[in-house]
Amino acid sequence: MRDTNEMTIIFDSRPVNEGFARVAAAAFLTQLNPTIEEVADVKTAISEAVTNAIIHAYGNEVHNIEIHCSITGNLFQVEVKDQGIGIEDIKQAMEPLFTTKPEEDRAGMGFAFMEAFMDHISVQSRAGEGTLVTMEKRIGKERETWTTQSL
Amino acid sequence: MNYKIQENYLTVYLPKEVDHYNAEEMRKEADLLITHNHIRYLIFDFGETEFCDSSGIGVIMGRYRLLNLLGGEVWAVHVGARMRKILTLSGVLNIMKIYEEERA
Repeated sequence: MRDTNEMTIIFDSRPVNEGFARVAAAAFLTQLNPTIEEVADVKTAISEAVTNAIIHAYGNEVHNIEIHCSITGNLFQVEVKDQGIGIEDIKQAMEPLFTTKPEEDRAGMGFAFMEAFMDHISVQSRAGEGTLVTMEKRIGKERETWTTQSL
Repeated sequence: MNYKIQENYLTVYLPKEVDHYNAEEMRKEADLLITHNHIRYLIFDFGETEFCDSSGIGVIMGRYRLLNLLGGEVWAVHVGARMRKILTLSGVLNIMKIYEEERA
């Protein structure tokens, strides 16, 4: 199929890999010729999802985190998957400022940032069965509007 | 962590990327410096910072809580467009003011 591309990375849930994960996804994204702003948005969203997996899903134990990125036309999609403790109440977890770890200085802004920087986010999770976060962002929206504008 | 102490002012020079990986050490070190040096004013310098996620926001919120108890304040300097967006979105500007330098 034309205009599609995908990649998967699996890595240990170590904090040092947070930087690796977002930079790897950003490198894959460059083929869509994104703006610096769009790259920064995607990097922040992925960093949030990976940090959640490390701290909350695995409670700082080392297990696998899987990131799957795909491109369809100008649509960038990323899935961040763990096999951790899962989320009992997804709605509550996504509320800004809600956190289960205030003593560790967690801001409770992770999901709020993912929602703000991506066009769409969905969270699938069950207690004890891990979490799958799927996010989408259309790249080059602003460009499209000005290049298609008639003079 | 790079920092500077002048009287009761602590300036923390934030790294290029602020995430959960390096936030951990930063908050521990900052808390030690604040309590041992009678710090009342904490200044986060974003001059070098290109990336910051909610872990960075957590560091700011936590230090604000501590300084607020001590009767102090938290400020931000050299805030670029990206950082301004992150700080605004997180609502952290309600507790931390940005020091705007006069442009030459």
